[in-house]
Amino acid sequence: MIRLEKRPQPSRAWSMATPLVAVLATMLFGGLLFAALGKPPVEAIRTIFWEPLFGEFAFYYRPQLLVKGAPLVLIAIGLSLGFRAGIWNIGAEGQYIMGAICGAGAGLAFYPAVSFLIFPLMVVAGALGGWAWAMIPAVLKTRFGTNEILVSLMLVYVAEQFLASVSLGLLKNPEGFGFPGSRNLQSWDSAHNAELIAGSGMHWGVVAALIAVIFAYVLLNRHMTGYHIRLTGEAPRAAKFAGVNPTRLVLFCLGTSGALAGLAGLFEVSGPSGQITIDFNVGYGFTAIIVAFLGRLHPVGILLAGGLMALTYIGGDIAQSNLQLPAAAIQVFQGMLLFFLLAFDLLTNFRIAIGKPEVA
Amino acid sequence: MKLTNLLTSAAVALGLAASAAMADTTKVGFVYVGPVGDGGWTYEHDQGRKAVEAEFGDKVETVYVENVAEGPDAERVMTQMALEGADLIFTTSFGYMDPTINVAKKFPNVKFEHATGYKRADNVSTYSARFYEGRAVQGTIAGHMTESNIVGYIGSYPIPEVVRGINSAYIHAKKVNPDVQFKIVWAFTWFDPAKEADAAKVLIEQGADVILQHTDSTAPQAAAQAAGNVITFGQASDMAEYGPKPRVSSIIDDWAPYYIARTRAVMDGTWESKDTWDGIGAGMVGIGEISDAVPADVKEAALAIKASLADGSYHAFTGPLKKQDGSDWLADGETADDGTLAGMNFYVEGLEGDIPQ
Repeated sequence: MIRLEKRPQPSRAWSMATPLVAVLATMLFGGLLFAALGKPPVEAIRTIFWEPLFGEFAFYYRPQLLVKGAPLVLIAIGLSLGFRAGIWNIGAEGQYIMGAICGAGAGLAFYPAVSFLIFPLMVVAGALGGWAWAMIPAVLKTRFGTNEILVSLMLVYVAEQFLASVSLGLLKNPEGFGFPGSRNLQSWDSAHNAELIAGSGMHWGVVAALIAVIFAYVLLNRHMTGYHIRLTGEAPRAAKFAGVNPTRLVLFCLGTSGALAGLAGLFEVSGPSGQITIDFNVGYGFTAIIVAFLGRLHPVGILLAGGLMALTYIGGDIAQSNLQLPAAAIQVFQGMLLFFLLAFDLLTNFRIAIGKPEVA
Repeated sequence: MKLTNLLTSAAVALGLAASAAMADTTKVGFVYVGPVGDGGWTYEHDQGRKAVEAEFGDKVETVYVENVAEGPDAERVMTQMALEGADLIFTTSFGYMDPTINVAKKFPNVKFEHATGYKRADNVSTYSARFYEGRAVQGTIAGHMTESNIVGYIGSYPIPEVVRGINSAYIHAKKVNPDVQFKIVWAFTWFDPAKEADAAKVLIEQGADVILQHTDSTAPQAAAQAAGNVITFGQASDMAEYGPKPRVSSIIDDWAPYYIARTRAVMDGTWESKDTWDGIGAGMVGIGEISDAVPADVKEAALAIKASLADGSYHAFTGPLKKQDGSDWLADGETADDGTLAGMNFYVEGLEGDIPQ
């Protein structure tokens, strides 16, 4: 008889190994899925994981990995702080949108001025926009005890309406022939988050993501606030006795994750995307939740997970184009990744035992 | 086609070396905003792609990527197609406009065709269809058929193309039924079956017995079918599976002739940048079979309008017409110019509500 037995202590080895096992299982079952669709499985897996990194046109895809991964990592780092403390910000997508709107709006207010101060101003406005949007669920939670999961999620849809509104009204390009969407910031140097080295994919958002990783690592391992975050998540009662102020912790975690999501939105709108449009947001805020968990809520893990997610997106598009895999199959493939991760996570806390349970 | 040269120059533009010589086929890429199985907009573009394959057989290779978000993702997919040796790339959504221009700059020898936009370059053409001509036919049928005098309209985004459609449908419904009223719901999506179904249900509850849609799924058709005495029109695709009722007719986008012509132009080396805006006459806009649920005299009136639009004897926007605010737009007998139509951001007199700003 096979049964699950609770480990006396979570297994460190399994905790490290699960992401890797999950990726391998995804490759295996993804391959079976592709084979069932009549596509060559090995070729498909190779296209998704190998082609962007070492393929013929890797010189283009590698920088794109940074472009695609940076917002994921930046948002996921912020989310992971709260998740560790049991504070669930599900609305990063909304904070991302508001950051982009506030940042772009602050810049466009000065159009077409030329000044090196405009971009820094936009960065600050972007962070504030995301922060303010996250403060709504934070304050409602600390004052009235509302559930931050619901409030932050619902605010995503409110933010989307804001986005549509400013695309059609306040920020609409006056020279856009009545079409929705703002001016393109890429063609305005003072506001353009350009690549720092042409062709490298490195823009300020990538730099910010790397700084956030280091900052989060130091915070969690060397700083009192980080200790409080971990303590609250692992032993809420002990945290209370240790004098952790839950209100301050909620405000800090939601505020930080909101500000980072807002920054991600600002760097995206002023760089790769270039303009505020109705469809500006493409789900980074939600995908970042997967990235945070895939990275075990650990800063370095998140960095790797963000890269892996970006890889499946870019490789997935290549597989679509070269092998004519349907987009839905790629999405199932990405879904498998999270599914297997959560499934194998079980092995961190449980072990598989064979035989009859011992009678206590 | 000198593909090796083409690839090399593309890579040089990126400042890097390229390799790979490819077989002597013309490679045509398609970037789709929705899934090929949406039964509407993207489905019809994919039919166009298949027609290109059928026409040229071995001499052409087509590739496509579906569900591509507008913005940096679109830019990456286009770049990838260009790197992989595409000679011609069709980008089939308005939101691909700036990405198309960006990528086209990096690949001067690859030809790009952007649907429904207004930015062109030496290697970027634009194309669109005069869907508003089809709306004139729909409006005529809708005006005759409605008993509640309320026509529901599911708008996608308040962009000129959609506003044109609403105006055209309204003008022609009003012409045959002075009491007709339009109720407009903005879905803010091109394809979202759940949202579209909700919009249709809301309109039906408000008394609409005709539903026009500018969104791509068949969900409104299903909602109308469930409600009973409501008629609809197929959008972008025929949606014949919902006939003879609720679907009584449709606007069909037929991109095949254009895609074949442009692919041939690339093969012959005669391709050049231009703006194409064709309607019923050129066959880019098709009117789906008008079903038996429509009385014979209404069908006749609709076909008469269709014929006059096709041969150019009638323009869908012919004066006298006023704008919603009561100001004059077109004098008696005057027809709208393409510039005004391309940027149309106002309702004609009689329509209620505001275009979202």
